Amino acid sequence: MSRLVKRLRATYGDDVLGLVAFLLLVVIGFSLATPRFLSAANFDSMAFQLPVLGLLTLAMLAPIISGGLNLAIIFTANISGLTLAAILNYYGGVDAPFWAFVLGAGAALLVGAFFGFLMGAVIAYVGAHPILVSLAMMIFLRGLGEFLTRGGDISGFPDYLKPIGHGFILGVPVPLIIFAVVAFAMHVLLSHTRHGFSVYMIGSNIDATRYSGVHTQRTLTLIYTISGLLCAIAGILMLTRFNSVRVGHGEALLLVTVLACFLGGVDPFGGFGRVVPVVLALVILQVLSSGLNLLGANQHLSTAVWGLFLIAVMVLRFVVGRVRERFEKRRN
Amino acid sequence: MPLDKTAQRDVPAISLRHVSKLFGGVHALDDVSFEVLPGEVHCLAGENGCGKSTLIKIITGVYTPEAGVEMAFAGQSVTSVTPNVARQNGIAVIWQDLALFPEMSVAENIAFETLLGNLPRLVSYRRLRARSAAILEMLGEDIDLDARLNTLPIAQRQIVAIARALISDAKLIFMDEPTASLTQSETDSLLGVVRKLAARGVAVVFVSHRLAEVLDIADRVTVLRDGKLVGIFEAEGMTQSRLTELMTGKTFGAEVAARDMTGAPAVLEVEGLSRHGEFEDVSLTVREGEVVGLTGLIGAGRSELGHALFGMTRPDAGTIRLSGRELHLRSNRDAVAEGIAYVSEDRLALGLVQPQAIADNIVLPILPRISRRTGLISPTEKAGRVEHWLRELSIKIGQPSDPVSTLSGGNQQRVVLAKWLATNPRVLILDSPTVGVDVGARAGIFRIIRDLAEKGLAILMISDEVPEVYFNADRVLHMAGGRIRGEYDPRKVTLKELEAAVYG
Repeated sequence: MSRLVKRLRATYGDDVLGLVAFLLLVVIGFSLATPRFLSAANFDSMAFQLPVLGLLTLAMLAPIISGGLNLAIIFTANISGLTLAAILNYYGGVDAPFWAFVLGAGAALLVGAFFGFLMGAVIAYVGAHPILVSLAMMIFLRGLGEFLTRGGDISGFPDYLKPIGHGFILGVPVPLIIFAVVAFAMHVLLSHTRHGFSVYMIGSNIDATRYSGVHTQRTLTLIYTISGLLCAIAGILMLTRFNSVRVGHGEALLLVTVLACFLGGVDPFGGFGRVVPVVLALVILQVLSSGLNLLGANQHLSTAVWGLFLIAVMVLRFVVGRVRERFEKRRN
Repeated sequence: MPLDKTAQRDVPAISLRHVSKLFGGVHALDDVSFEVLPGEVHCLAGENGCGKSTLIKIITGVYTPEAGVEMAFAGQSVTSVTPNVARQNGIAVIWQDLALFPEMSVAENIAFETLLGNLPRLVSYRRLRARSAAILEMLGEDIDLDARLNTLPIAQRQIVAIARALISDAKLIFMDEPTASLTQSETDSLLGVVRKLAARGVAVVFVSHRLAEVLDIADRVTVLRDGKLVGIFEAEGMTQSRLTELMTGKTFGAEVAARDMTGAPAVLEVEGLSRHGEFEDVSLTVREGEVVGLTGLIGAGRSELGHALFGMTRPDAGTIRLSGRELHLRSNRDAVAEGIAYVSEDRLALGLVQPQAIADNIVLPILPRISRRTGLISPTEKAGRVEHWLRELSIKIGQPSDPVSTLSGGNQQRVVLAKWLATNPRVLILDSPTVGVDVGARAGIFRIIRDLAEKGLAILMISDEVPEVYFNADRVLHMAGGRIRGEYDPRKVTLKELEAAVYG
């Protein structure tokens, strides 16, 4: 048993195991509290809700590792969704042909990537602070979106989009598949490629990284472009999930994505953070929210629980660190 | 300054006996004794890891020593020391990073402890300024009280740190590497301030790697090695080489290593290189297998020249040629691609990514070479390179995945060398390669540099420590005011003559 634990710790790291343990605890707790928690319906509902938040969190994760932040993720997603919606509407709305969706989705991805690129370029080449740049971009995109839609909804999309937001493939919800593929791609990008390697180094010390001959400006621009691209995917998914697009949709998720990152052990000052623990953190947040919902709690209460939960995790990490320090001292 | 004038000179300001400290079963300190007399300038000497910082941290109450220790402040024995007890007994430490507030004014920095309190109350800025001014006057220093700290040069920040210690009645001040980033004249004036403190009965304990100034300023020297007390020595009559032997337990021959390299082909040729406000009309040649020393005071334009040769800045005029081919460097990436490597003098901020792994730091400049065509990094290729360079430069580490910040200065510098050698350079520019490196470890760094030269690398070694270039370079260039002022052959001039030319 202890050998197994040791091997697991060596392979996945303490952060992952701690989160897995916590997840089990929460799942067992809710299962005992309500029989409906372990039902297929509940699992499906969680699997449909998680991906949008998950994609947005990945869009937040990469800039944070590089030592920055992307506050514009929600409105980048909205604007991308809006692009798709506009193109679908132009080609007939409910009767739009499938190629219109392909065209629109491509345009949406381009738009998301473009605004990410713009932010990244300003941050990298002008040297402005990521918080300020992305905040300005967020306000710009919100204003632009509200101007274009006059604050209203755009809805009425073809039926063939339904399976993307609501369908199953081999019993697995399609949004979950999309999220899994993107999360895997981000994991490979960050942990196994030159680009990802440079992002971590930049997050810890951009000057030393530049002195080592890394093109830090290009790397930063690229990471924000990728962040924008992930927002666009989230935006497209939101359109298919809600069958409508409105600027401001998902606004409340912005800070939750930051919360999920930190819960997943990402260093708020950059340089450290991995995809796997962040995904686990997302699952924990989803389980908490769904579980409380099943118990009949108000949705606002579950938001409050998320906040409390993050504070508890920080305290717990501090305590665990202290105990381990003592333990190691005594062993010596 | 309220100072106890009746303090007798023969009652130690602090005395410790039988100090031991264990970390994980290893003796960081083993039965060490230490004492400082009032008004004494005492030097604590030893290599990194010898226990100097552990000793300071015990005296200031950060660490608790093992049982059996006897401690006394000004003759009063104490059983245990907390940071508060240490402060009340007038013990102050000025760490190398100074721990000042860069965004606050000089007066606020000096008197910040008087600003602290548990209850909100009004601060009398008039009193605060008056007290700060009085302390600075006593030190004979003229610093604008309203200047923001981060606008001051490091030398003046040192003075501010000293003034802050004095305002809370320090009787014993520890100074950790206070001259590490000072020029010669700034060092001289700091040493003057230290003498003033001593004359007023304040004891100063100096921790410094620069042995010349240690012997210049100290009354006595306590030498530690591997956590044990080697001895307490009078500074009078002590020589640098004897002190080095005591610190390292080894003997070093200081011999001029210069060779005649005029027959070797030129690798780096610089002609008429200028950059406005930094350097003017610089011409120099570094040949294959040659070590060229470039010395001069801080501000002479040495590091700026290094930056331009590494492509970090663009010169206004002049040419850089590599093996006869003219280079147009648009960035340091071009320089790296051409085979130019640059070891920065600022290892903390520019040399290494301190929080990240040793292995990751080594492969950082060679990412394209350890990647597959897909952009994926090959773990075996990476591990192979890391292992090769750790062995080649005999770098002592725990795990390659440990953060670089866990290594000593000497081993960190080896990691910097490893990462640049991994790029397979033809020209190696070393900017102050021994900053923050122990005396014993320095010899190791220089041995590596000589070995690299033997293998044909062209090396430009920048340093403000004249003996370093005198003993280790084949030729020495003297730079001042942005220009090359002279060229010296170490075999034909004495160290004294060269020092006179540079410092004079």
